[in-house]
Amino acid sequence: MASKSWLNFLTFLCGSAIGFVLCSQLFSILLGEQGDTQPDILHNDPHARHADDNGQNHLEGQMNFNADSSQHKDENTDIAENLYQKVKILCWVMTGPQNLEKKAKHVKATWAQRCNKVLFMSSEEDKDFPAVGLKTREGRDQLYWKTIKAFQYVHDHYLEDADWFMKADDDTYVILENLRWLLSKYNPEEPIYFGRRFKPYVKQGYMSGGAGYVLSKEALKRFVDAFKTDKCTHSSSIEDLALGRCMEIINVEAGDSRDTIGKETFHPFVPEHHLIRGYLPRTFWYWNYNYYPPVEGPGCCSDLAVSFHYVDPTTMYELEYLVYHLRPYGYLYRYQPALPENIRKEVSRDYKKEDPKVK
Amino acid sequence: MLSESSSFLKGMMLGSIFCALITMLGHIRIGHGDRRHQHKHHHLQAPNKEDILKISQDERMELSKSFRVYCIILVKPKDVSLWAAVRETWTKHCDKAEFFSSENVKVFESINMETDDMWLMMRKAYKYAFDKYRDQYNWFFLARPTMFAIMENLKYFLLKKDPSQPFYLGHTIKSGDLEYVSVEGGIVLSIESMKRLNSLLGIPEKCPEQGGMIWKISEDKQLAVCLKYAGVFAENAEDSEGKDVFNTKSVGLFIKEAMSNHPNLVVEGCCSDMAVTFNGLTPNQMHVMMYGVYRLRAFGHIFHDALVFLPPNGSDN
Repeated sequence: MASKSWLNFLTFLCGSAIGFVLCSQLFSILLGEQGDTQPDILHNDPHARHADDNGQNHLEGQMNFNADSSQHKDENTDIAENLYQKVKILCWVMTGPQNLEKKAKHVKATWAQRCNKVLFMSSEEDKDFPAVGLKTREGRDQLYWKTIKAFQYVHDHYLEDADWFMKADDDTYVILENLRWLLSKYNPEEPIYFGRRFKPYVKQGYMSGGAGYVLSKEALKRFVDAFKTDKCTHSSSIEDLALGRCMEIINVEAGDSRDTIGKETFHPFVPEHHLIRGYLPRTFWYWNYNYYPPVEGPGCCSDLAVSFHYVDPTTMYELEYLVYHLRPYGYLYRYQPALPENIRKEVSRDYKKEDPKVK
Repeated sequence: MLSESSSFLKGMMLGSIFCALITMLGHIRIGHGDRRHQHKHHHLQAPNKEDILKISQDERMELSKSFRVYCIILVKPKDVSLWAAVRETWTKHCDKAEFFSSENVKVFESINMETDDMWLMMRKAYKYAFDKYRDQYNWFFLARPTMFAIMENLKYFLLKKDPSQPFYLGHTIKSGDLEYVSVEGGIVLSIESMKRLNSLLGIPEKCPEQGGMIWKISEDKQLAVCLKYAGVFAENAEDSEGKDVFNTKSVGLFIKEAMSNHPNLVVEGCCSDMAVTFNGLTPNQMHVMMYGVYRLRAFGHIFHDALVFLPPNGSDN
């Protein structure tokens, strides 16, 4: 009897030892797996509508909001994409054969992609770049003539492809999303144009050439027509002033491009020149030219700035990095402008179709 | 026979249950051990996006406030224009920022270190900060006046990192056997590291005031040596793509290099989207960065972030 219970006890111990070993092996396998695998970065963020990219490839302007890194996977670009469809902008960049590789190339590599359509205007055609040949000469005194021919070309070939038509230089940096936000409140069938408004010489003011200016479809039609009917003169050595005079003659309104708190959006210089108090000397022409009271320091520039001028290639890429890449995580910006009314309705309609756990 | 097999089976069951219990208990301890093990790993990554999405709305504000960063900026009188720019720009976003100067300067408030030597300044600054603020801040960031730092990105990087662990991070450089955080990229110490550092500052064998015998050793190397004695090791801070978040150069310099090294991928190859520091800036460039980081942006791009940071009061930039 005693030996039997002793045997029982031994088998019991054996059983428990084997059970323990088997169990610990099982656990070490399970836990070992957990320890080794690195959790993957979430690639399918429900908020980033990657599927929409495919639908937009037919448009020439290759706007690819989700082009790069996984850093943007938690980015929601619905509103920007919506505005891209609603406010179609054709950009044409004033350049020349000598500047295609030096300057225009960097425009092409950065902001030009975000136009609905972009054209590079040169005196000579370049099939590879590609650049349109306007069949003019080069030089500062040719700028107005090039401008007229460029707008004519755009009118003849692309009038129905866009709502707004923007002119920029090859050293202008443009933030298209902010331009769309600005223009979304206006009707392209109205005769109006926007830019950095200057006050001398023209009663309603005129727009700085370098900071870029944008014409409504109606304004473009009237401008092109004005040369056919000789309402406006062809010869001038000051492109922006001549255009401004013409606009006034043909009753195209010089719009107010400032943001909802009165800050300028189009800038004739780089950010540094506007942000640093005292950078531009008091005797500089700029202070007397600005249509609205000029401001230096942080109040100079809107958070939703549209353009900067005299931007060299390095600064083009720097601005691209600061606007589209580097950001302060979680920061609640002070300036929170409203979405334009019509866009707000559309976006909320789209959200209702989607998963309700968006906000 | 039957009683034996039944007792065998009973034994097995008991053994398994016992093992399971021990594993559960051990797992909690192993969990801690893992973190300590991860500590020897010298590349530190930004938080995982999956984990972030699980945080509820209410927890975000609370979580954001749980990071208290004290900023130390070591200055000398010749740095006065940089000092002014730093004061007016990014340091407004530190929970507290103090300037430690080699000597008193009339124009700005500072804490006088009464020495010109960078290593002595650093030691005294760390001691001062620890003695005075050990209970109020859990992270300590040391910067040069030529730097621009983005506190929000620093806090995001520190998400899920426990300050009671000895963290010592930034842009690391390896010099022979020593891996140290370069002062040119900014130095981040957790409160635990500060505690350990301060306990050694008084021991000249471990943490001498005069490091090199023949020539001077830079202050960041001296700090690393000192911390090493306390079991605190340097770690290089990187984002999910392996890009450094603490930078010893300015954006402009990175862009210029990218334009010559890989002209087709300039911006993509430049710098991290969640960069914390840049160095080598002029005062004007700091104001431009302030505008470029905290204000200028493209309309219609929205982010769903785990943390919420409000703009500082009484500031217009």
